[in-house]
Amino acid sequence: MPLTWLVLIIFTIAAAGFVMGRKRALQNAGGDRRELHSLPVYYGSNVAMWAIVPAVAVLIVWMLVQPFFVNSRVLATLPDTIVSEGSSIGLVMSDVRRVAEGLDIAVVQGVMSRDEAASISAEISDIRESLGEVGVAVGSKVSTEVMKGAQLYRTLNAVGSMMMNVVVLLFAFGGAGYAYSKSTADFRARNMVERGVLAMLIAAASIAILTTIGILFALLFNTIEFFKLYPAADFFFGTRWAPSFSGRGGASDLGVLPLLWGTFYISFIALLVAVPIGLFSAIYLSEYAGPKVRGIVKPLIEILAGIPTIVYGLFALLTVGPLLMRMFGKDTFGWMQGGTAVITAGLVMGIMLIPFVSSLSDDIINAVPQALRDGSYGLGATKSETIRQVILPAALPGIVGAILLAASRAIGETMIVVLGAGAAARLSMNPFDAMTTITAKIVSQLTGDADFVSPEALVAFALGMTLFVLTLGLNVFALFIVRKYREQYD
Amino acid sequence: MNDMTFVERDVDTNEVKIAAKDVQVFYGDNHAIKDVSVEIEDKTVTAFIGPSGCGKSTFLRCINRMNDTIDVCRVTGDLRIDNEDIYDTKVDPVQLRAKVGMVFQKPNPFPKSIYDNVAYGPRIHGLSKNKTDLDDIVERSLRRAAIWDEVKDRLHAPGMGLSGGQQQRLCIARAVATEPEVLLMDEPCSALDPIATAQVEELIDELRKRYSVVIVTHSMQQAARVSQRTAFFHLGSLVEYGATSNIFTNPVDPRTESYITGRIG
Ligand SMILES: Nc1ncnc2c1ncn2[C@@H]1O[C@H](COP(=O)(O)OP(=O)(O)O)[C@@H](O)[C@H]1O
Ligand SMILES: [Mg+2]
Repeated sequence: MPLTWLVLIIFTIAAAGFVMGRKRALQNAGGDRRELHSLPVYYGSNVAMWAIVPAVAVLIVWMLVQPFFVNSRVLATLPDTIVSEGSSIGLVMSDVRRVAEGLDIAVVQGVMSRDEAASISAEISDIRESLGEVGVAVGSKVSTEVMKGAQLYRTLNAVGSMMMNVVVLLFAFGGAGYAYSKSTADFRARNMVERGVLAMLIAAASIAILTTIGILFALLFNTIEFFKLYPAADFFFGTRWAPSFSGRGGASDLGVLPLLWGTFYISFIALLVAVPIGLFSAIYLSEYAGPKVRGIVKPLIEILAGIPTIVYGLFALLTVGPLLMRMFGKDTFGWMQGGTAVITAGLVMGIMLIPFVSSLSDDIINAVPQALRDGSYGLGATKSETIRQVILPAALPGIVGAILLAASRAIGETMIVVLGAGAAARLSMNPFDAMTTITAKIVSQLTGDADFVSPEALVAFALGMTLFVLTLGLNVFALFIVRKYREQYD
Repeated sequence: MNDMTFVERDVDTNEVKIAAKDVQVFYGDNHAIKDVSVEIEDKTVTAFIGPSGCGKSTFLRCINRMNDTIDVCRVTGDLRIDNEDIYDTKVDPVQLRAKVGMVFQKPNPFPKSIYDNVAYGPRIHGLSKNKTDLDDIVERSLRRAAIWDEVKDRLHAPGMGLSGGQQQRLCIARAVATEPEVLLMDEPCSALDPIATAQVEELIDELRKRYSVVIVTHSMQQAARVSQRTAFFHLGSLVEYGATSNIFTNPVDPRTESYITGRIG
């Protein structure tokens, strides 16, 4: 029975339980809903909840545990001799899994009958070929042991799924029945549902937190793995980035400094563009513009914030780059060798950040109490004096926070860099040189054909970790400042 | 009315400082001030009283053209200070506000040091020759606001760190520092505790020697304690205006009487 069917059945039980629970509670109250402790809908919901939640919980746990269990059972039956030179037990296991899955697919596609698949053995038929027909590639010739393992794997999985279906349905029925039996007039169904809702919300929050932690750990373990293959000191202090891809041989230089420099240089130019323009437009909007202008311009700026960064990347590649080439290229100053350069990416990234800086600063400037403006105007200050001497100082911590948030976005930006700054890792002061950043290199390290266990690929995790620590630090610092600022006027 | 004490002061007739004639104020379609004509004397404390929403603040804000900062607000009529029309196109409202200081309901020191708060106006208007001169102005203003002794050792501490009453006196010092001729106060004590209120009231009486002080208050006791003349506003109109003791002891208009005896609130 496929999973969708199982889930559908659970929901059908829940729906039936809803109707029945509601009815039973009403009957128990003699048909008078005023006699009930809770509204009738709560009795129904309670039964439905009891039908779904325990059953689905069991289902999820079972699906997580079964593979481990099957794996370890199959592993135990495989003889030690099966691991040949240059291979590992993990690779053998993956062969076993692939053969088992291949047989399943063959059955589903009708190439083999169920019995044929169960009785097939490595001696009499060429399994590799017949699996190839259904689109499953198996690395080497399938040995008898692997075939036996695969058959055991299939049986265990089939039995496991069978048992899972039975147990899950038992839980669904049991839960619904339990809640149904409790659906009497003075059962506090409302409180029960409330607790259920609370549990659901907590579960959602924990999933969000747990996945973040999970990602972090994946990052961390792979980074540690990388540092086992490549010295950390060379990574952090190396000034050359020259990965050699497998096949070409030779050792790689994986120094992060050129990438870090490129990241900071491009972000710096971006902020140089975004901060003044964003801030000034925020000042104009919040202090000078009338309600009409504000009503048009503010949504417009916020639309800018919604443009996907790849579009900005195209803009950099096709418009800004050539434009800068015409201005600074070989026809005029000869400073620029190609359209992709730090300055191209920096300018476009700055444009991308303008709405971000402007709308955050606008909120912050608006949060400065009117009383301070009145105080300043009341002393005979002009608008710009008031802005310069009262509003901006009062809003400064918040604005600094906004700038730091913008900086952390600039550091994490990828597409604009890929399309606008080039791919050369370089330590140079010249803004017209092509350079690259950490994010762009993560992409290129993982999209190559490098082996996933080589330092050239694993370095992506170390880069990711570096980036994560950087932006996390910036964000925490920014939020700290923004919060501190908020307290000032509460 | 027995709980009200009138401080006996010589109410000699002073020159007229502010003269309003047929002043109307509109917020969009809302006619907030109707036909108000009043003559406010120099070196006198004039109190505006009346139920909330009757237009006291609105009228007060006409005197330093603070209403100009509100988009929907329109003022018509004739308003003169020292016989000069302050709504004349020649008059720069920014300059005017240096001459007509204002203290607000809630103490609103700038997020700067005590010193910089007081020096704010003088710096903007270039009132000091040099640093020592500015120091003098700051000290003099803080003394006039009766807060010098409390802050003289921490002039460079933030103004926001003071207590509510101290903050309000700091705001008064800040207003006094630009050498205004008129001081407008919009419920300056409503956010203060009784002790701070007493300090500020004492200060207001002191300020009367140099300035024409106009104070909005919702407390009739306060009006009776600090003012020589009182104006009673009701629904945007000036109902009655006269010597404070007269207003409180034998009001002419029945609305004034109902208000001071607590029947209109
Ligand atoms: N900024 C404003 N915009 C529009 N209407 C206002 C504004 N300020 C005050 N008003 C209106 O003007 C009237 C008088 O208000 P106000 O002068 O604040 O009264 P008071 O200070 O006597 O309590 C009220 O009806 C109020 O709604
Ligand atoms: Mg008011």
